[in-house]
Formats: sequence, C-alpha cells, structure tokens
Amino acid sequence: MDTYSLLREFADSWMLLLLTAFFVGVVLWAWRPGSRRLHQDVANSIFRNDTKPASDGAKPSSGEART
Amino acid sequence: MWDYLKLVVLGLIALGAAIVANKAHDLAFMINAVEVMLAAGFVFLWTLRKMDEPRQPVLQTEYMDGVIRYGVVATAAWGVVGFLVGTIIAFQLAFPALNFDWAEGYLNFGRLRPLHTSAVIFAFGGNALICTSFYVVQRTSAARLFGGNLAWFVFWGYNLFIVLAATSYLLGGSQSKEYAEPEWHIDLWLTIVWVAYLVVFLGTIIKRKEPHIYVANWFYLSFIVTVAMLHIFNNLAIPVSFLGSKSVQVFSGVQDAMVQWWYGHNAVGFFLTAGFLGMMYYFVPKQAERPVFSYKLSIVHFWALIFLYIWAGPHHLHYTALPEWAATLGMVFSIMLWMPSWGGMINGLMTLSGAWDKLRTDPVIRMMVVSIGFYGMSTFEGPMMSIKAVNSLSHYTDWTIGHVHSGALGWNGMITFGALYFLTPKLWNRERLYSLTLVSWHFWLATIGIVLYASAMWVTGIMEGLMWREVDANGFLVNAFADTVAAKFPMYVVRGLGGVMYLAGALIMCFNLWKTVKSAPARVSSSTAVPAE
Repeated sequence: MDTYSLLREFADSWMLLLLTAFFVGVVLWAWRPGSRRLHQDVANSIFRNDTKPASDGAKPSSGEART
Repeated sequence: MWDYLKLVVLGLIALGAAIVANKAHDLAFMINAVEVMLAAGFVFLWTLRKMDEPRQPVLQTEYMDGVIRYGVVATAAWGVVGFLVGTIIAFQLAFPALNFDWAEGYLNFGRLRPLHTSAVIFAFGGNALICTSFYVVQRTSAARLFGGNLAWFVFWGYNLFIVLAATSYLLGGSQSKEYAEPEWHIDLWLTIVWVAYLVVFLGTIIKRKEPHIYVANWFYLSFIVTVAMLHIFNNLAIPVSFLGSKSVQVFSGVQDAMVQWWYGHNAVGFFLTAGFLGMMYYFVPKQAERPVFSYKLSIVHFWALIFLYIWAGPHHLHYTALPEWAATLGMVFSIMLWMPSWGGMINGLMTLSGAWDKLRTDPVIRMMVVSIGFYGMSTFEGPMMSIKAVNSLSHYTDWTIGHVHSGALGWNGMITFGALYFLTPKLWNRERLYSLTLVSWHFWLATIGIVLYASAMWVTGIMEGLMWREVDANGFLVNAFADTVAAKFPMYVVRGLGGVMYLAGALIMCFNLWKTVKSAPARVSSSTAVPAE
C-alpha cells in the first residue's frame, strides 16, 4: 500500500478513535466527582499574588485572597 | 566572561551583516542587512557601556514587569501605525489617485497592504499577546519570569522581526503567501525568537508556585506551540542565494495552497483566537472582579477549540483544485466550531452575571463585553461563510474583508484595548486611569467605526457577488468587472470613514494612557497597610 493510503486508513480509523476517546475523557475528567472545589480554587487563583510572587515557604493559596 | 563572549558574537554579527549588505543581490535584502548591522552594533555598544557597572542581583521576589511596560507601549504604538496604514489603503481603494506616481513601487496599495496586515496582526496583536502572556503567566504561576533577560531578547527580537518584515515589504521582498509574506531570512530570525518565547513561557509555568495551570495559560501555550509548528511548515523554502531575499517554496501547486491555508486559518485560530482567549480568561474576570463563570466550561472550550480549529483551513479553497472531500471536511469542521466558540463566548459574558451594573459605570468592561460580542458574531459569520453554497457567493468579495475586520477590529482590537486600560495603571503603579470619559469616547468611536466598516463590506460584498453571477436570458454575463468596482465606490468611502473613527479612538487611547502614566495619582502601596505576618 502506498504511504498516502496507509496514512489515510490509519487517520480515519485508529487515530480518529484515539482523539475522540481523548476528548470524551477530558470532558469526563472535568466533571469528575470532587472537581468542583478544585475548579473554584483555580478560578479564584487570579485574585492571588497580584503584586509579588509567592514566597518559597508560603502555602500557595495563602496569598492576598480576595472575595 | 559571558559579556566578552556576547561582545564577540555581536561584533561578528554586525561585521557579517555589513559584508552581506555590501554584496546583497536586491534592495530589500541590503536594507535588512543594514538593519541587522545597526541592531547588533547598538546592542554591542550598550553591552560595552554597561560592562563596568556592578551586576544587580535578580530579585526572585519581584515580578519582571519592565519588559511588559515596553510591550504595552509597543502594542499601542504599532496599533496606531497599523490602523493608519489600513485607513490609507482603504482610501487608496476608494480613490486610486492616492497611489501616487512618485511613490509607485513603494507606497502603492500592493506594497502597503501586507504592511497593514502584518502591522495589525503581528505587530499590534503579537506585542499584545507577548506582553499580556508575560503578565498573566507570572501572576497565575506566582513566579518571576524564567530565563532572566531572555524575555528582553524576546521583546526586542520580535520587534526587530517586525521592522525587518515591514521594510522588506515596502522594498518588494515577499514570498507571496498571505499573512506569511516575510522571506526566508526573516522567517529564520522569527523561529529563533519564537523558541526563546516558548522557553520563557514554559519555564515560568514549570517553576510555578500554584498547583494548577490557570486556563489562560493553556490558551497562551497552545498559541505559542501551534504558531511555531505552522510557521515552520508554511515557510519551508529554499533560498535562491544566501545574499538575496528570493526563495522557492518546497511544496508546489495544490499542496502549497493547502499548507498555506492550513497555516492561514490557524493563524486566525491560534494567533487571533486562542491567544486572545487567554487574554479574555484573565482580564475579563479581573476587571469584573469575579471568577470566570464556569471553569469546567473553559476546559471543554479549550480542548474542543484545539481539536477542531486545526482542520478548518480547506474552507479557504472551495471550488479550487483541492479535492472535494478535503473541502467538505474543512466546511464540516468549521461548522462544528460554532459550538466551542459560542460556549466560550457565553462563558466570557456570563462572568459578568451578578455584576451587569458594571456595564453602566465601567467603560473598560463595556469594551471587553463588546469584544466578546464581536467574537460571537464573527464566529457565527465565519462558519456560515464556510458553507459551500454561501461561499460561492461570498468568496473573493469584500464580504470576506468585512468578516475579517469584525473579528480583528471588534474582538482582537477591543479585548486588547481593554487589557491595555487594565494594565497601564497596574504597571506604572497608578491609582486609576487618567480619564474614564476618554475611554468612553474611544469605546464609541471604535464601535461605530466597526459598524460602519462591517455593514459597508456586507453591502458591497453581497452586491458584487450577485453582480458577478448575474447572467441574461442568453447566458451571457451582465456586468463587467469594472461595473462592480464603480458600484462599490460609496461603500468604500464609508469603510474609510469607519477606519478614521477607529484610528481616532486609538489615538485618544494613547493620549489617555500617556496621561495616566504622567499625571494620574500614584497608588498608595497596599502592603504598608497590611500588618506583617
């Protein structure tokens, strides 16, 4: 089989399956149990460390928290 | 020791560039070599002058904001240049006499057009992306930029790339690929700068203090990585001579066309969309002072966008030598893009839920919201135009130009203005902007300018599409091409006026930002009021 046909067959079978499965996996992972609290923390991370990097000793989330 | 090595390398580059300038085969290459010589010579002198000064220790407890301040200035300045050239060429189309005889071959439409597109996309947009990404990655990683002065190399190197490309265009250096016009030597330089950019950005993420990588950084990183890949593949070319700017593409025919539009559409998808979505996911929540509406949705938005965008390129090649299945594939993926685009738009807009009153009081938020609105409109219009039946009417007409500008002026321009208004008081330690009234003026001038531009292009685009396909009872074409050109004149003038308004808004912004730095009251440092831990 020539390279084109070989790649073409691979692309619209196994690779397609792999990519689709990866995407479905991402969605399921985003909605996994217990992700809500983590995501809330991440979404609020932009309100920390606004003026200075976190110091080495400090816990990452103990910066200047805002409501 | 390191400084001596640097001096030797810089001296050799300057000398080599001088020799190349002397032996160059064409004017564009000669001028580029002179520019490289001047740049290397300037850095040589600057390094030499600083050698005896004691080295300042790098403070890891401070953010590296100097390079971001330079980026903000460069963004605003290149924005004005890009909008000005755009307005000039808009009037050149309306009044061909503006292609002056004395400037023929340098300042005519054909030479200025790539200057305009590169100035707004790569100079204005690129500087905005680089400086905001440096700002965002530091704040969300709680770490100083990685690589020390490498960030400065990225800034100056990128702006040297822009100057090289701009002068090359005016003197006739172009490989005739839309949005990828720079010739091989400029492409090689950009590759080096881009790798340095990736190192700085990725290095900062790797040494982050926050456990999670905030979604804006995902978008920025995908923009950097994908643009590197696109840039390399679309610019595979063999130079005719190492002393001239001409090069020959490795791909030919329809393969070349497909690679070009794979690049071209993903320049839209990853440069003008993913990168700017990174801005949206940081600056809109910051300005609204509320976290993003749904973090889960932002994750799905990211992966869906990445998976779909890369396939959409073939819709630029409907009804060409490209195989039918490839065109259909591009169309289908373009239509599927509706979903992540609108998911992202909803996520951005809903971030304001519960704080909609800010629209009334804060013109910066208003700017960001209109920007997200234009993101939604142009990502609706784009998939629609990628449908073959619609494309048979819209392709090669001004509708395409209108679509591009509602995305570029509306989405990219407005979100960048919002980010600049947010960043300037922060970076120069000011309490607030100099004038919110002037922001309102900018907002309305820009918005009305875009509306004039986009509606003029809809009318003229659909009109010329219909005129081109009109046949009489015997099957003969009714209109000559020149008839469509004549019919478009009023819309071209309206489009030019829209450009003037948009440019005026940007000038007001520059004045406002300048006055903010010079005369707005300084911010009282909040750290003095907080008791020591």
